[in-house]
Amino acid sequence: MNPLHPPVLSGEDVYRIHWVLGTDRLLAVCHCGAQQEFEDPVELWDWLLGHPDDHRPAPARKESVTP
Amino acid sequence: MTAFVRDQWYVAAYGREVGRELLGRTVLGEPILLYRTQDGRAVAMAERCVHRRFPLSQPPTRLDGDRVVCGYHGFTYDTDGSCVFVPGQQRIPRTARLKTYPVIEQDSFVWVWIGDREPGDTLPPRAPWMDSPRYTVVSGMEPIDGDYGLLVDNLLDLSHETYLHGGYIGTPEVAATPITTEVDDTAGIVHVSRHMDDAECPPFYAKSTGIEGRISRWQDIEYHAPCLYLLHSRIAPAGAPGPNPDGSDPHAFHVEVVYGITPSTQKTTYDFWAVARDFALDDQDVTDFLHDNNHTVVMQDVVALNVLQKSLDTEQDGYQELSINIDTGGLAARRILVRMARQSTAPQDDPAVPR
Repeated sequence: MNPLHPPVLSGEDVYRIHWVLGTDRLLAVCHCGAQQEFEDPVELWDWLLGHPDDHRPAPARKESVTP
Repeated sequence: MTAFVRDQWYVAAYGREVGRELLGRTVLGEPILLYRTQDGRAVAMAERCVHRRFPLSQPPTRLDGDRVVCGYHGFTYDTDGSCVFVPGQQRIPRTARLKTYPVIEQDSFVWVWIGDREPGDTLPPRAPWMDSPRYTVVSGMEPIDGDYGLLVDNLLDLSHETYLHGGYIGTPEVAATPITTEVDDTAGIVHVSRHMDDAECPPFYAKSTGIEGRISRWQDIEYHAPCLYLLHSRIAPAGAPGPNPDGSDPHAFHVEVVYGITPSTQKTTYDFWAVARDFALDDQDVTDFLHDNNHTVVMQDVVALNVLQKSLDTEQDGYQELSINIDTGGLAARRILVRMARQSTAPQDDPAVPR
């Protein structure tokens, strides 16, 4: 796993998008903990803002999915 | 076209611009008259006389004490917008009143509230460096002949520095370094972070800080939609220690770049720009250099955005753009602005989400 930039914003509805170092891919992290990689930022935002559709928490994370 | 977001505070002027001379600014399509009362209070009201719509910022309109005397027929208005004199008759028509605007002076800006409800407890976002004794500030305002969304797009993606501002603030590393984007959708805040640990030092920082050689350069954008953009810029010699856990950061130079983004009309924008630094506070040469250099950079953006708007005006409806990784923050800002515009109380056209 590439090192991710530490969080700056602390609200409850914060979306994070990391440009995965050494790649052209973007890692989208929803406030519910769901993660998915994308190559297109438009598709990425469609997915993030589509929460909770198709949002499943990442296996390594313990946060619960917000209903 | 980017829809206006009402029920918001916007920068209408710097405090230094508002005095005993009448100042006219158009914010979100509303012509506003600004001046300062004799006791120093900034006031804002509609800038068109109720009689024949004469623009009240234009001579020979003048102040008589704290009252505005229209230069066309003498209609006279008090600071609360009420008309107190009309020519040739005793009766003052009931509708002879100028709309007034809530005003807050904060961080050297004069903010006006544009909306259909009162601001209540809502305050403008902060830019405390603007009038802090720990910083020296250079600032200015440039009008742009373009949709304010073009300026938001420009500022949210700093990779353009490498190309549009090469030789000033741009170096190859800016466009080549990945970004991290965070979005607080509820608060309407977009944060874009680009940390370059070993970068060329652009002339803007080499000449102002005196650093020779390569640098660690951090750019942390904090956009408070729709009206205020902050760029926290940290410059240190490459390899120098980072900030301490208590927030102190003695090995670095800090520059806080501030933009008040104020839509004037659908295709004109006020670009209030400022650069605050925490070093060489009393060095006039550094002040002059940063002012002139940053003004040049701002004008490079203004010229480019004016050209871009003209070009977009010739496009057919439904033209396509292509967004890539560097646009992640800009896309977030666009979507927040669309949502905020829909939520604001005045009827708005619902533009399709730009792609």
